[in-house]
Amino acid sequence: MIAATLPPRVVLYEGPGAEPLEPKDRRELFAQLLDRGYAVTLAGSGVASAPPTATVIVLGRFQGSAPDVAGGDGPVSVHDISGEQVEQVVEAVESARGARPMNRPEAAAANTGGDTWKPWFPVIDMDRCTNCMQCLSFCLFDVYGVSETHHLQVENPANCKVNCPACSRVCPDVAIMFPKYHAGPIDGAPVSEADVSREKMKVDISALLGGDIYAKLRERSADAKARFSRERSADQALAERRRCLKKLADAAAIPREVLDALPSPEEIQRRAEEAQARADAARAAAEAAT
Amino acid sequence: MTDTADSTTPSHKQPRLLYCRCAYAQVIPADVKDAVLAGLTESGEAFEAVPDLCEMAARRDPQLAQLAAETSPLKIAACWPRAVRGLFTQAGATLPKTGVTVHNMRTDSAEDVLAGMQTADQPTPEET
Ligand code: SF4
Ligand code: SF4
Repeated sequence: MIAATLPPRVVLYEGPGAEPLEPKDRRELFAQLLDRGYAVTLAGSGVASAPPTATVIVLGRFQGSAPDVAGGDGPVSVHDISGEQVEQVVEAVESARGARPMNRPEAAAANTGGDTWKPWFPVIDMDRCTNCMQCLSFCLFDVYGVSETHHLQVENPANCKVNCPACSRVCPDVAIMFPKYHAGPIDGAPVSEADVSREKMKVDISALLGGDIYAKLRERSADAKARFSRERSADQALAERRRCLKKLADAAAIPREVLDALPSPEEIQRRAEEAQARADAARAAAEAAT
Repeated sequence: MTDTADSTTPSHKQPRLLYCRCAYAQVIPADVKDAVLAGLTESGEAFEAVPDLCEMAARRDPQLAQLAAETSPLKIAACWPRAVRGLFTQAGATLPKTGVTVHNMRTDSAEDVLAGMQTADQPTPEET
């Protein structure tokens, strides 16, 4: 889930009228705030304007009264941190934020749920995308949509299944990146000719599986269901289902958790048809517009 | 890997520096991102640091639009230039074709990234 409110922006002011922090304290303060999810600006003179609505927290070792600072349209709070240790400054920022919800890296890593979310979603290389809409017809989770100008766009990034790069495999033009993936070209590394042919082979999942991928999924899922009712042991049935899905997972780089969490066969069919219809309509509209 | 999409824009304006911490993943070697942050903070030069460009792009943070709209050159320490440009576009803040340099902390040493961030622009051929 993506927190709806903008996190506060922190400005460390070291311009005229403020004494600079020791370099090691400055480094430590930046690291601690960044790792807690705050954007931090080191400002030498004046304060860069903040986006409207963002709260700005200005920190500084002010000599005398705090200088006038120009923030955005949102509230600005100024804190004199003279004589404070880094930990105390971090505490002051946390309490200035108050109860506003905020995505937190450490909570996302621990997968504690709530407002936390690991930013994992497809990013499109518009220089490569040919607007073929294969990704839109493939995704069952409404991640993709169509812009007013009939172009593919990533509409609901938070719907994406964390660590699943499957849709990047269906793009014939290697235009889909997941910047936090572990390898290129999916992570955004330059695309070579060899990548294009390799990805094209890999992505022809239909051929690989001898048919439509969702039909295959439905089949596998229905088989697993039937087995489940025949077999008394739920554990056995689950193990069987996992075994059946492994081939699919390997072929399309879909994490097993994602396959295990797929909706019912009927729901998969409904969503796949809906996505296909959207893609067809978008392609037709784009063609009509040219 | 560095993407310098500008070899012609005059650099009479002080470049803006942007550092991405990649706080939600471990794709940037920790020693590299720590050393780059150390270099930037210890220099005392003004710069912007963000926890995670990916996270900001997902929620279309208006700070990205502000950075993209800047007329002074922009130097970014993050990851692959293609990914960084895609993220700005995702945020509705397409980066200009010129005046933006992306330094890749996934592949380059901290020394190289800092050298690129802190030295005056040298025209280099475009790499993507
Ligand atoms: S599959 Fe690739 S080329 Fe086709 S619309 Fe999606 S991103 Fe663009
Ligand atoms: S832009 Fe690159 S370095 Fe920054 S958070 Fe995303 S993956 Fe990490």
